[in-house]
Amino acid sequence: MALLKDVQGSHKPALTPWKKKSKKEDVFPGVRSLNGRWGHLFVAPFLIMFLVFGLAPVIYSVYISFFKWDPLGGSEFVAFRNFSLLLHDSDFWLALRNTFSIWALSTFPQMFMAIGFAAILRNTRLKGKSFWRTILLVPNITSVIAVTIVFGQLFGRDFGIINGILDFMGLNRHIDFIEGIIPSHSAIATMITWRWLGYNTLIFLASMLAIPNELFESASVDGATKWQQFRFVTLPQLRNTITFVLVVGTIGGLQVFAEPQQLAADGGSSKQFLTLTLFLYNQAFVNNKYGYAAAIGIMITFIVIIISAVNFFITRKISNDGTR
Amino acid sequence: MKTKTPSWRKTSPASYFLLASITFLSIFPFYWMFVVSSNTNAEISKSPPSLIPGGRFLIVAKKVMSAEGVFFNHALLNTFIVGLSIAIAQVMFSAVAGFAFAKLDFRGRKSFILFVVGTMMLPSQLGIIPLFMLVKNLHLIDSLLGLIVPALVTAFGVFWMRQIIDAQVPNELLEAASIDGASVPRVFFSIVLPIIRQSSFVLGLFAFLAAWNDYLWPTIILQSPQHFTLQVALTQLKPMYGLDYALQMGGAFLATAPLLILFIFVGRRLVSGVMDGAVKG
Repeated sequence: MALLKDVQGSHKPALTPWKKKSKKEDVFPGVRSLNGRWGHLFVAPFLIMFLVFGLAPVIYSVYISFFKWDPLGGSEFVAFRNFSLLLHDSDFWLALRNTFSIWALSTFPQMFMAIGFAAILRNTRLKGKSFWRTILLVPNITSVIAVTIVFGQLFGRDFGIINGILDFMGLNRHIDFIEGIIPSHSAIATMITWRWLGYNTLIFLASMLAIPNELFESASVDGATKWQQFRFVTLPQLRNTITFVLVVGTIGGLQVFAEPQQLAADGGSSKQFLTLTLFLYNQAFVNNKYGYAAAIGIMITFIVIIISAVNFFITRKISNDGTR
Repeated sequence: MKTKTPSWRKTSPASYFLLASITFLSIFPFYWMFVVSSNTNAEISKSPPSLIPGGRFLIVAKKVMSAEGVFFNHALLNTFIVGLSIAIAQVMFSAVAGFAFAKLDFRGRKSFILFVVGTMMLPSQLGIIPLFMLVKNLHLIDSLLGLIVPALVTAFGVFWMRQIIDAQVPNELLEAASIDGASVPRVFFSIVLPIIRQSSFVLGLFAFLAAWNDYLWPTIILQSPQHFTLQVALTQLKPMYGLDYALQMGGAFLATAPLLILFIFVGRRLVSGVMDGAVKG
């Protein structure tokens, strides 16, 4: 095969040293006979809009973060002062704690459930496949505000159904899902999980359906139980998807805003559910501290980058161990 | 010859039970919105609360529509205009750029696409303050255009379209057309676009739903109630004193109903859209 490839390759003119770059173009997947010069014209509208409304604000955000910037009062260069103030701001650490707690409570249980439901839906003998898949996606199209209104009522301290059920089960103490730290985080995490479980189930399902059936058949012939098949065939094949869901979930988790803001605009009486994005919003658009808020945005970005990198290295290590 | 069903192909009753439970949990909040909004607050607050719809829904719906300082019908129209504009624009911009990235050989192709994908990792709130300042300078604050213009293009849309065009449009077809003398725009409009029609529709749906449900950006730039979108209007449905669950839930139900109706027609396509976009393996 290698020989054949060489022969085919020899049809091309010999590469001249200064044209070495063109070697890369061998992997160009598109159509050479189409005039490539149109490419710039085709991407220009997108790129211009993207630069103006997507990238420029991001860059300007970094610039602003070095200023004490009041939209009414003007700006003053303060170098890294916003960042050092931020690191000494107890609200920042509180928001960080809350964000992570809500993120963990909404990410991990959801991931287990999503993989479990995907494993059920993968079954070729399952009746009504398309119906189950479709119904799972219904919560995802609901608006965050509607979700907050419904769940806010369901989680209500005095008349909420959830406390009613707890009552019915013999737990007399009514849980205050707003005032408590863990209860409020759980309530917010439930709203997020409700909205995204079906979506992530479909993502895992797609990834499971891409696993060749022969793998299961041969495992079955070797006498592997259903659980062993899941553990040693399915799960290792889901590595990339797990990373993907985790990274997307982290970006989403750091953006949690509407749910806590609707429960209490300041993040609760003891700021028990002040999240990073709510903190940013309040600093920028309530307190008019643009520079400080921009610094919060940059910290959020750093966190996303760090978590994504950690994720990437962990999955790569697992995959290396897996393939030996 | 009949072969025995391998163990991994069997479905246990437990599977159906779990699926039925998740279906119940997925549907219940919608049902509950309707129950609360069609009962009196007293019916909902008693123990155990009423679990069946009452007869007050139309009264509450009227109350939502005429709630002071909310303009719910404006909000419905505004949200529709914004969602539709964003959906159409995103599909067009993304298809044109995605086609170039997938099929055309131009200088900087690779670095552009890498750069675009790289920025997809950035959280959207990073640039939100300068974006607000920019929109303010363009005098688009408190207007629907202020919602539409920044959302006309997304990195995700272009990336998605590039994948779709790469997977669905065969190179041979475009080669044949170009050898027959078709220009690049001609190839795009008469060959590529018809092939990707279905996927474009799915991308448009995603954009429409995202716009319909967006809250952070509208709440930042909208000021007068006549310009509110549904999400912002919903947050205004609070009586001066106390709580009116029926009013709020009625609003939530009315704001969600159009999406549920839409979902009946496009649910399956959304499912395949989500699954096509997933990482395989």
